[in-house]
Parts: sequence; structure tokens; C-alpha cells
Amino acid sequence: MIRNDVAITPELVKEHGLKPDEYDRFVNLIGREPTITELGIVSAMWNEHCSYKSSRIHLRGLPTKAPWVIQGPGENAGVIDIGDGQACIFKMESHNHPSFIEPYQGAATGVGGILRDVFTMGARPIASLNFLRFGEPDHPKTAHLVSGVVAGIGGYGNSFGVPTVGGSVGFDKRYNGNILVNAMAVGLARTDEIFYAKATGIGNPIVYLGSKTGRDGIHGATMASAEFDDASEEKRPTVQVGDPFAEKLLLEACLELMKSGAVIAIQDMGAAGLTSSAVEMGAKGNLGIELDLDKVPCREEGMTAYEMMLSESQERMLMVLKPGMEKEAEAIFHKWGLDFAVIGKTTDTLRFVIKHGGEVMADLPIKELGDEAPLYDRPWVESPKQPVILPDSVKAPMSEAEALLKLIGSPDQCSKRWVWEQYDHLILGNTVQTPGGDAAIVRVEDGPKGLALTTDVTPRYCEADPFEGGKQAVAEAWRNITAVGGLPLAITDNLNFASPERPESMGQFVGCVRGIGEACKALDFPVVSGNVSLYNETNGQGILPTPAIGGVGLMDDVALNASIAFKSEGEVVILIGATTGWLGQSIYLRDVCGREEGAPPPVDLVVEKRNGDFVRQLIRSAQVRTVHDCSDGGIALALAEMAIAGNIGADIAVAPEDMPLNAFLFGEDQGRYLIAADQDAAADILYEAGAIGIPAAMLGVTGGDALILPGRQAISVKQLKATHEAWLPNYMTGKS
Amino acid sequence: MKSAIIVFPGSNREGDMVRALTSAGSDAQKVWHAETELPKGTDLVVLPGGFSYGDYLRCGAIAGRATVMDAVRAHAARGGLVLGVCNGFQILCEAGLLPGILMRNANLKFICHRQFLRVERSDTAFTRAYAKGQAIDVCVAHGEGNYTADEETLKRLEGEGLVAFRYSDAQGHTTPDANRNGSMNAIAGIYSTKLNVLGMMPHPENLIEDLVGGTDGRGLFESLVSSFPKAA
Repeated sequence: MIRNDVAITPELVKEHGLKPDEYDRFVNLIGREPTITELGIVSAMWNEHCSYKSSRIHLRGLPTKAPWVIQGPGENAGVIDIGDGQACIFKMESHNHPSFIEPYQGAATGVGGILRDVFTMGARPIASLNFLRFGEPDHPKTAHLVSGVVAGIGGYGNSFGVPTVGGSVGFDKRYNGNILVNAMAVGLARTDEIFYAKATGIGNPIVYLGSKTGRDGIHGATMASAEFDDASEEKRPTVQVGDPFAEKLLLEACLELMKSGAVIAIQDMGAAGLTSSAVEMGAKGNLGIELDLDKVPCREEGMTAYEMMLSESQERMLMVLKPGMEKEAEAIFHKWGLDFAVIGKTTDTLRFVIKHGGEVMADLPIKELGDEAPLYDRPWVESPKQPVILPDSVKAPMSEAEALLKLIGSPDQCSKRWVWEQYDHLILGNTVQTPGGDAAIVRVEDGPKGLALTTDVTPRYCEADPFEGGKQAVAEAWRNITAVGGLPLAITDNLNFASPERPESMGQFVGCVRGIGEACKALDFPVVSGNVSLYNETNGQGILPTPAIGGVGLMDDVALNASIAFKSEGEVVILIGATTGWLGQSIYLRDVCGREEGAPPPVDLVVEKRNGDFVRQLIRSAQVRTVHDCSDGGIALALAEMAIAGNIGADIAVAPEDMPLNAFLFGEDQGRYLIAADQDAAADILYEAGAIGIPAAMLGVTGGDALILPGRQAISVKQLKATHEAWLPNYMTGKS
Repeated sequence: MKSAIIVFPGSNREGDMVRALTSAGSDAQKVWHAETELPKGTDLVVLPGGFSYGDYLRCGAIAGRATVMDAVRAHAARGGLVLGVCNGFQILCEAGLLPGILMRNANLKFICHRQFLRVERSDTAFTRAYAKGQAIDVCVAHGEGNYTADEETLKRLEGEGLVAFRYSDAQGHTTPDANRNGSMNAIAGIYSTKLNVLGMMPHPENLIEDLVGGTDGRGLFESLVSSFPKAA
């Protein structure tokens, strides 16, 4: 039992993750020494995870507006208009630290949290995606973490009933002690039925909904805001436990309640639970909040105010209801077997008052808890520029065919079927394009509209040049959406970085954010929601800078889509975009030559847009049904994936004479697409591209049962496929 | 043809089922699990996929004892048609309407993938639009689909021709690779003795459109609708 009148010592302050000057700031703000409950509350509100104190100043530079943006960052999720009175609501969020400590529950509650963010705003979730990074395969923990995280994501999403349609999985030693688990949820709502967190009206009832409050997850947000060390395993009790069944009921009950017209404001209890949700509702509405904790449904007896305010028990919501509608609301929640309790009211005092057992346990100024959180302009240094690696300087250690086989079966480039087969990606019956392509496509209701969805970033580019890497992450998401025929509309960003207190990693953050902003502006692709995850490091070893981008695009007619699979024999393979043979930071250089060096490929955003707009128009006019963007592994890897997906080979006879073959095939120049079209269409496409100055080159013709690279290097599609599919299942069963 | 889709807390493919039945021409409506009666004139009862009651205790165990199940049992006893898909199949087994049980998949993991089924007979209300021996391309999405029964039950199912579908390859051959959840005799679905109750793990309701993977699932719903005279 934690009494409310314990003396606040410097040790206690430190344990709460507050720096001495931050504590002093708080004492000055309230004009007295805080109670322990108050200390808990402020530690929850002022940690990095909730306050964005190191990142806010830089995030301001991101473009967040466009005519189709209904709600940008600052709410539970971003909202965009997709026409016909429909809105797409989406966000991505990290659950890195909990997933490292307890992979199944950490990942499961990550999915649960982001789904809740989306349906809190009135949307029915229609798709889920993720972005995962694990340590090197040989690390003793990696297989265990992959197994637990994948099972957790599936376990939650499958039961909840949302298709998990896309994602990204990769491995690198830099994530050995700090994996990344970023989950993205996408929902659908009517544009005139969107719900916000802002409370209105004085004396309105504040209602607690959902599961009961337990002692799990206390200080989860504080844990997420600290570096890891060897003792981090002991933090397992701060990981929450998910109950997808409760969440499914909560979804149905919330949507039903929203339809009844009883809801004024709603906020899910995510990080920092009851504290954060109540403060946000009050602060946004310029109102005070008074809570009586005696009314909070508890799972365990004897819970203190401190514990209740900091619990991160899952599947809970807070609402402000229209007065007089409590009975109706209660009936809906009881129908779904969920707890419902009026636990407080809005006030005109602008104070956050917590009562328990008849006593006032906390009495704090509500606006200041949010608005007066510390704001840091942390010192940062620019990452040193890397030299450009010229194509001629990279000697081929093996034939191109051997290199391709090596890459197609490598941990990062191999098929991730073992992962996505554990996710129900077909439920709801709208998955037009399943995992394994450039972007997933989900139809919107009965169509013809649809959404193209993807998650992307190339962390090694970001480390070598944060600005270019940030640009590339956005450009790649834009390109992947374009490659299936979607019009890219907006992104959510999940900025995973190491400690902001080290100028080098802060510099990576600043550079990446600037690059992201630049690309978003140039591509008309604003940021509408996001999440910042700092302190991703263990024992001083930071992760690769990893600003994961979740992109959403609109398909006017899902029937007019493209996929990566070769569709028939005798089609002409055309490369759109210019190739210089850029091998710096390429997968080829890293995995075939064993060199992690050089400047990453630059992204020319004007060219990116021009090439992409051209390709999208080809898909939308039904001239082309086969498109694959060129990214990791360049032309060679893209060709192999197209052949594998379609089970059709191709003869690639043409290679430029002024460039080494390895650089041509494996270079990672940006803004490029491979397309396949029948002979007549191909002639038109080459002509059209030429007329507007877009580089377009015929590389070869589809057909046969082998991919034949220039120089008559043939690999059978069967062998490509077997190699591509083998690594991950073998690894997970201990065979590789 | 009038169908009632039972919704339990945790059901999640009820919408997919409504869509499949409606597009085949059925008047499909959802029925809450706490009801004591089925809507008047119900021809077909469907227990849809999902995780009823969170799959807690055992898959289907709690739903199998839900209030509405008495009405479903009575409907089946009258010879009325009942279809249980995925979690619905698990519920039918738990409710005593079908024999056997669905165990954890052989690899102990949830699996979602496209799957061919061999249609074992085409003379039932559920399969008349198919040909006997035809391989249909549908999908599965389950963690516990490993059909298991005692020897005597299996013998009876096989002997009386009560196996509805088997996991197969594209040519309709049953192979170990095609039977990924490890079901006995590659059983994907079974009938009750009177052929009026069908339980199956795969999801025909997700394969009803070319744009979303194919139409091989349509036959099941068209069979059902064509089993009843059209309402005037």
C-alpha cells in the first residue's frame, strides 16, 4: 500500500524518471511539494513518450495540411477525406521496449493500443500493418523474439477481426538489444461522424468503460522513455497483458454508443492510462476534471490512487457523455458485458482533482500538466557525410546469378510468408492485394474504391545520411503505393531513434525529420499522425535510425490495380527511371561484398513525382497490370520477385555498356519501376515516356521457366522460389 | 431463402457471411446470441467464424452452451439446415451437433492461406453446385482446425459418407503438404447423419469475387439458396 503522504526524496524523483530541474519546475508550478500520487501523475505526463519534450520542437517543421486532411497530428489518429462522405483514420505506434521484454504480450498490446486509437475516433478498423526489426539472426534471442512478436500480433489482430495486410520485417545486429515493433491501424468512418478527445460542457459525466483496472503496466510509459540495460528483464511486470476479446467487445460497444448520440468526447486509456486520457480531455476542452477513484472498476482489491492513476491495463476508454444519457449508454455496455461507471465530472476550475476514500489525493493545474511540460532543444551534431562509391570501384566477388541467389535467400530479402501466414489477412473479404507485393490493397466496403497501404524505411540509408534517408523513406512509401495504382494521400510516421541526450543520435533525428518534411512537401504527402520512440538503445548501443513511414493512398477503382507478378509470357519488361549503378549503402555491397559504406542513393523528388505519376497513369488507364518498384537489391532482385510471384521467367538481354553489370543489376538508384506490358502497349509506353523525357528502357521479354540475366546467366524460377521461401522457416525451426 | 447468422460476443466473420449469402440471393439477418428463438421462417442457421468468448476455456465451448443454441438444436432436429464455419464448426462440435473436436494445428500456429478442398459429394443441400471430386480454391484462417475423432467415429463418418470436404492439392489429391493443420483423414468438413448440418474449417465466404481472390466459394451459397423455392 502506497500512502499519499510519503516524503518526496531525490531518489524517489529519480525513480520516476524526472530530472532534478524537471522536478523543480513542477514544484514551482504547483507552489508546494507534490504528493506521491501527484509525482506519479507528472512523471507520466512529462516523460518523453507522452510529452515529446525532445522532439516537439523539430516536429513543427513537418507539413501536416492538405485539402483532404481533416485532422492532423495531435488527436488519437490522423483523418483524411477519401470522398463520398468517407474518411480514413489511421496511425502507427511503437511498442518496442515491452516487446523486447515480453514479446507476445508486448506486440499484442501494441496492436491493441493502435486499434483503440483508431476506433476511439469513430472508425471501424479495416486493416492493420506493422513494421518489425529484429537483431541479427545469430543472436541467441532473435528467434525467440520473432516467434513471440509474430504470434502476439496475430493473436491480437486475428481475434479482434481485422486483416493484417502488410508490413516489413528485417534483421540487423544494431537491434540486438532493442527490437522495433511498430503497429499501424487503418479505419473507416463517415466524415460527419468523427469523435474527438476535447471535452465540452461543465458538470458533464465522465464515464469509465471497458475492462477493469489492475496493477499491470504501471509506469509503462516511463519505461518506454528510458534506455535499456542488462537489468531490463526485471521490468517484465510493467508490460501489459492484452485481451483481444475484450477489445472486440469494446469496439462494438463504442461504435454502438457513438451511433446513439450520447458521446461528447472520447479518449482511450493508452500510455499513462487514466492520467493521460483524463488530462487530455480536460486540457483540450479548457475544463477541469474531477475523478472519484472509489468508482473505478478494479480487478484487484486495495489498489491505491497512485496505482489506479498509473495503471496501463488494456481495453479501457474514458468518455464525456451528454447528461441524462447515462442509462442508455450503460445498457449498451452491459449488453456487451463490459464495465460502465460514472467516475467523475467536468468542472470549470481547470484543476485535475483526484479523490479516493473521501480524501483529495491530487489537485493539479490541468493545462500546465500538458502545456508546461519541459521542451528541449537538445544539442545535436550533423552526421558526417559519407563518400560516394563509384560503380567501377566495386569488384564483383561472384557472378551476378550467384549474387542474386544469395540475396533472394538472405534474411532481409527472403520471403516473409512464414510471418504473414500467421496473420489473418483475408478476413472482411476486401483484401484485393495480399502481403508480399509493393503495397496492400483493401477495398472500401463494396467498392469500387480502395486503399493502398504500406510501411517503409531503409535504416542503413538513414544512418549514412539522415536527410537523404528521411527523404527516401517517404519516397519509397509513395512509390510503393503508386506501384499498385494508388494515389498517395498522407502518412503516419513512427520515429524510432536512440537517446536524444547524445548529440549524434539527436542529429540523426533532426536530419531524418527534415528529410521527411522535404519529401512530404514535394510529394504532397502530409503527415497526419505519428509517434516518437526515443531511447532505443541498450548499454549505450543505439539502434539504426529508423523513421518508419506508414503510407495511405486512394484507389478510385480497385479493379485497376497492378501487382508484381509477371502475368503472361511474351510481355516486354521496361525499366522506368534513370540508372547510374549506385552501389553505396546497397544490399549488394553489404551482403555480397561485406561492405557497409558509402553515401546512400540520393532522391530527386521532382523526378520521383514525375516518374511515379507516369506509372500510376499507365495502371489507371489499364495499359499495365504488372509493376514493381526497384528498391533493396535493385533491378535484379525486383526481376526475381516478379518471376517468382508469377511463376514465369524472363530473358533480360539488354545491359548498358558503360556500366559494370553488377552495378547495373544491383544498384539502388531511386525513383525506378519495372513494368511488363504486351508488345503493342510497350511500344506506346516507350513512345509516351520518350515524349515527356522520362527515361524508359526495354530490358527483355517474359517467358520460359528461368530468369536469364545479361551474359546468359540463367537461374530457374523454381530455384529462385525455393531459395526465397526457404530461409525463414528453416531459421525458425533451427535448420539454418 | 431466409438465413439467420448467429452473432456471439467475439464473432468476427459474421459480416463476411452476410455478404456471401446476400449476394447469392438469400435474405440474411444477424441474430444475437441471447435470443431464445430464431426469426420466423428461418431456413438456414449459420454459426460464423471468429473467436466467440475469446476462445477462452476451449474454442466454441462457451458459445456451444449459449441461450440461442437450444433453438439451433431444435432447428437441426426438425431437419433444418445449419452451417458452421471455422469457429462455427468448433461450436457445432462443442454443442453436440457434430462428432469429434478441433485441436491445435499440427505446427501449433495460426495459419491463414489459400487452400484447395476436394468436394466429397455433390448431392447435399450445401454442395449441389459443385461436382463430386472437384477441387475448390478457398482459404483457411485458424489456429485450431486439426480435426480429431476416435476411431469408431471416423469409421462411421467415412462409412456413411459424412465427410464433406478434404484438404487437397489443386488436382484434388490429398497429400501431407495439403493437410497443413494435421486433420485426421485430411478432413476439412463433415455432415451430420441426416446431411442437414455442415461444419467446416475453411472459409468459402471469403472467396466469392474475382477481385478478391476468386469465386470458388460461391457454389456453397448458391447450392443453399437453390435448395429452397424462391419466395413469391
